[in-house]
Amino acid sequence: MCLGIPGKITETFEENGLKMGKVDFGGVVKTVCLDYIPDCKVGDYTVVHVGFGISKLNEEEAMETLSYLKQIGAVDDELGGEDVD
Amino acid sequence: MKYIDEYRDADLIKKQVQKIHEITTQKWAIMEVCGGQTHTIVKTGIDELLPEKITLIHGPGCPVCVTPLEMIDKALAIASRPDVIFTSFGDMLRVPGSEKDLFSVKADGGNVRIVYSPLDAVKLAQKNPDKKVVFFAVGFETTAPANAMAVWQAKKLGLKNFSILVSHVLVPPAMEAVLDSPFNIVQGFIAAGHVCAVMGYGEYEPMAEKYKVPMVVTGFEPLDLLQGIYMLIRQLEEGRYEVENQYTRAVTREGNIPAKETIFKVFDIGDRSWRGIGVVPNSGYRLKEEFAGHDAEKVFTDISSINSKESELCISGLILQGVKKPHECPAFGKECTPMTPLGATMVSSEGACAAYYNYGRYRTSTG
Ligand code: SF4
Repeated sequence: MCLGIPGKITETFEENGLKMGKVDFGGVVKTVCLDYIPDCKVGDYTVVHVGFGISKLNEEEAMETLSYLKQIGAVDDELGGEDVD
Repeated sequence: MKYIDEYRDADLIKKQVQKIHEITTQKWAIMEVCGGQTHTIVKTGIDELLPEKITLIHGPGCPVCVTPLEMIDKALAIASRPDVIFTSFGDMLRVPGSEKDLFSVKADGGNVRIVYSPLDAVKLAQKNPDKKVVFFAVGFETTAPANAMAVWQAKKLGLKNFSILVSHVLVPPAMEAVLDSPFNIVQGFIAAGHVCAVMGYGEYEPMAEKYKVPMVVTGFEPLDLLQGIYMLIRQLEEGRYEVENQYTRAVTREGNIPAKETIFKVFDIGDRSWRGIGVVPNSGYRLKEEFAGHDAEKVFTDISSINSKESELCISGLILQGVKKPHECPAFGKECTPMTPLGATMVSSEGACAAYYNYGRYRTSTG
């Protein structure tokens, strides 16, 4: 139950006074409670645990982490790849 | 799939591994707290790519594994009642109680249903006013927002036939219990990203300071874990003990404020017993008094006499504390397999024993 996974919000609506939505996990679509991420909108990505969005994924931060990771690669490439001694 | 594939890039993984090798000069023992991370690490073989000097210790962070036997037996007693619809997350069904599991209660005619969200259990209570609907509220801080909301909604909707059997545990007290143990060898923590997505990581800072132990809040994909390990080893090598955040795309220092508000409207912090470990002070949630009508332990008072004893063969308590590895258990892969689990760490796919079994790690011990 702890394997929270990211999915894309494709629809939002209200039910029993709660913000709800449809979230697409690479083809599998589930109804998810979005009440804890009230500012989310269609197109955003969220980490979902047991039917609740617990965090809206931050695109800028994601880009930054990735560019950091890629940079490690780039520096190595510039230095001519792996050592062969 | 966005936010997944890019964190599994084989080339970047290789480079990040190399980086870790470059900075590691001393022996270090670090613990990944969360069972979801253990799963990724063992599945992708990250532990085998790391320098030999780094020992990864698998932590207690699998809620299925730490739910006390007594709670399972209580769940079984409630689920066997003819007036009850018992609801649970799927991964609790095969967890062995003293004599049987929820699956066998279901096979014997018990009304046991798997739900995806606790709100589905609330809906079942709305639809079945003549039945008592009970939800098995198990988990760490990651499931607490969902379970709290289910109770909050049931109260708001005036549902008298909905209750939860609470077995909620908290990660930071478990980390402190690990650090306080006389056997402890853990020098740094890969902190559980999704627990921090809910709770933030402010409360880790005094712990890092008190025990002089660095922590890195880390995500769940292979590259997240490798970057988290890199940041942690760098702190250790430099003699720092800070709380750093690798998982910035999902975690902020303050966490999810609306979720925390609902949790604390519904729950109080209290002592909890952990399977295989025992009672840890202030390590879990209990329903507040005003929600007593939704507390299964108060609705079904006859279960209070249930008092169970753990199997003597199973050493999952030592495994959860990182003192032993699964293949060091004499029953591992013999009496105990995922099809015939003796302990909860073999049942849950997030459990260390099951991860070792499923990804073939037992061969190292059995030749
Ligand atoms: S292998 Fe089985 S018996 Fe041994 S510790 Fe793991 S769950 Fe318990």
